[in-house]
Order: sequence, then structure tokens, then C-alpha cells
Amino acid sequence: MSYVMILIGCVFVNNVVLSQFMGICPFLGVSKQMRSSVGMGAAVIFVMLCATAITYPVYKLLEKFEITYLKTVAFILVIAMFVQLVEIIMKKLMPPLYKALGVYLPLITTNCAVLGVTIGNIDNGYNFLQSLTNALGTGLAFTLALLLFSGVRSAIEDSDFPETFKGVPATLIAASIVSLSFMGFTGII
Amino acid sequence: MEYIIPIAIFAALGILAGVLLTVASSVFAVKTDERVELISDALPQANCGACGFSGCADYADAIVNKGAECNLCRPGGKASAEKIAVIMGVQVTAAEPQVAFVRCSGDCKITPHKYEFDGIQSCAACNRFYNGSKLCTSGCLGYGDCVAVCPENAVSIVDGIAKIDNSKCMGCGLCAKACPNGLIAVRNISQKVDIFCSSNDIGRITRSVCSNGCIGCKMCERNCEKGAIKVIDNHAVIDYDKCTNCGKCAEVCKIHSVRLVERLAERA
Repeated sequence: MSYVMILIGCVFVNNVVLSQFMGICPFLGVSKQMRSSVGMGAAVIFVMLCATAITYPVYKLLEKFEITYLKTVAFILVIAMFVQLVEIIMKKLMPPLYKALGVYLPLITTNCAVLGVTIGNIDNGYNFLQSLTNALGTGLAFTLALLLFSGVRSAIEDSDFPETFKGVPATLIAASIVSLSFMGFTGII
Repeated sequence: MEYIIPIAIFAALGILAGVLLTVASSVFAVKTDERVELISDALPQANCGACGFSGCADYADAIVNKGAECNLCRPGGKASAEKIAVIMGVQVTAAEPQVAFVRCSGDCKITPHKYEFDGIQSCAACNRFYNGSKLCTSGCLGYGDCVAVCPENAVSIVDGIAKIDNSKCMGCGLCAKACPNGLIAVRNISQKVDIFCSSNDIGRITRSVCSNGCIGCKMCERNCEKGAIKVIDNHAVIDYDKCTNCGKCAEVCKIHSVRLVERLAERA
């Protein structure tokens, strides 16, 4: 599959949050302001790219010993270790970046979107470059979904509607409507 | 037999991860001064920014690492300044307490609206349409942007304009930043004279829309011995650093736009 097709597929047709429903927790938690959305998106793209780069050789190792059924456990172990390592190094070497993005890193560690990308690479049978493109596309999809939803949320904040719907119910309903709107992209690829 | 290899691989991976993280956490350790944490506990955690730093944690860091003064916290006041002084081992005197003041008295009884506003009920929003719904373009609109940001609930809307309760206000200045017309000033609590109109329109227009309006006649400016009160942009402006609270300007103001703040408390 060409790389552009992979990117378009990731971002619009199979948006990780709005079509595949992975990574919903930070999606609802961080999307209150546009600035934190951009920060979270950047951190997710970085983690996804690096996680793919690391889990690809790990999977090759598992294949060699024919224990591919253990890929979920192995990936979780590797991703968690990697994110923790990045946080330690970032805190020491790049304090301003740590201040901006550091809060999000633990949130991303257990985010199923990252695991979803790494397992998706295997299920789709991508080679290394295609896996990286898939990871980049998924990160961009996540950022796009966050940015769109933070705009929607700021519009909801100022609106007037029944007391029973204020807060979480309104947010969830809005999220489902945004997800519905992305259904329009199905079948493009 | 075939279980040994997966178990061995996972044990190896686990041990590798543990060792790597342990080594990294000692090699890349960041030294933090424990005083930062102690000072942070002594601060009220209002995160209002009145000290000039972005939040209480930042101020604590600035005190220890950048030599910031210990008495800049307004909500914490004397109590937190003293605690911080003890931690840092220095002597301090607390800064004088400040309160905010709304420099507009055009309430709904004397100032009419030019239109009914049905949009987002916020001063910043209403102000975008022909400079607000009041006939006076610089007046308090009363939709409560200042009320919403006050951490002490010191601001309330009385008769359609904002009023600040001096007993609750701690002078953090969040309301002053929220007001789209810049009507709120933060000054020392000992300030006894203040202006009750900030209208930029000329006297004739100001008086036609609000009977409390300042006409910019400069009587106050001429009678002030210290040059603390001046007419700028068609309304009186007090320089709080120069004012000695003598009250002369309030005496000569014929339309009572400059008043003794005490007297207002009695009236209300």
C-alpha cells in the first residue's frame, strides 16, 4: 500500500479515536483547551513513532522463537519501559519540554491507542517503513480528533441547555456526534 | 519444554527493563531543593498570579532559585510571608494589603441600555457589539466576567454593575484582567479617595447618558497639591502612589464623581 494511502486511511477513514474508539480516555480528559490538545497530540505522535520503532524488532525476535502469541504482553512491557525512560531523560536533559509535555507522558503509557497501533502494524502486515507511516498517521489522527473536539467543547461551554445534560453527558453526546460525522469518510479507500 | 523459552525471554526482558530504568533514574537524576516543596506548602495554592509568577509552584521555585521576594503573595498575606521567611532564614515585612475597586457607578437605575443583549451572557462578548449594551461605551456591563474569576467570591453584581466586598477581596487582580473595559483597579486598602467614572466620552455626552459621569472639568486636578489626580481621556485618573488621601479633590468635585470611598460605604 502506498504511504499516502496509509496516511489518509489512518487520519480520516479509520480515525483511531472517532472510528476505532481507541484512546478515548485522554480524548475526553485533555481536550478542554486547545493548547493542551496540541501538547498531548505532539507527545502521542512522538511516543507512537518510537514505540513502533522499538516493537518492530521485538516482534521479529518473537517470530524467531515462534511465540508470537505473547506479542501483547511483550509490547506492553516494552512500551511502558520506553515511556518511563523517556520521561526520566526528558526531565534531566530538556526541562522546558518536560514542563510542557511531561504531564501527558504517563497518560500515554497505558493508552490503548499506542498498543493498538503496534498490534495494527502486525495485523496489516506492514514492513518497517509502512509501520512508521501508520504510527505517524495514527498520531496525526489523534491530534486532529483532539483539536476538533476542543473546538466543539469550547462552543458547548458557552451554550445554554438543560441542567441534566450539563457537563459529562453533553460532552459524551457531542463526541458521539463528531464520531458520526466521520462516518462520512467510510468507503473512500 | 516449550514453555522454558518464552519464560526465559520474558524474564530477560523484565530484568533488562528494570536494570535500564534503575540506571537511568540514577544517571539522569534531577536535584530538587527541598525548600521549594516546603514553601509551596506554605502558599495558599490559589494560583492567581498576583505575585507575578505563573502559579504558586513557580513562585516557590523563584524564591529558592531566583531570589524572589518572600512577601509577594497577596492571598497568603502576612501569614505566608512569615512562614516563607522562616524557611528561607530571612527577615521580611509583609506588603500592604491591596483590594480591587470598580471605577464605575453607572448602575441600572441611572444608565439605560441601548439594546437588549441575547448572546453569550459575558461582558467580553457584549462589549464586541457597539462597545457594549449600555449607552455609556466605557461603563460596567454587569454580565459578571469579574464575578466568575474571583476565587474569594468577593465580586457581586448589584443593581446591574459590579461591586467588590472589601472584606473578602485579597487583591489578586484576576478581576482587573477579566474586565474588558479595564474598570477595575487594584490599590492599597488604605486608599480613601477614588474615582467613580472612567468614561472616555466628552463631558456633554457622558452626562447625557449617566448622571454619575465625570465631565473632565479638571477642578480636582487644579486643587490637588501633589498632582496625584489628573484628567486623562476626559475623566479623572488617580495616581495611587502620589495620593495622600487628603480628600481635597472629593470636596471640590461638584458632581461627586471623585468621592471618599468611606462615604460610599455609609451611603450603601
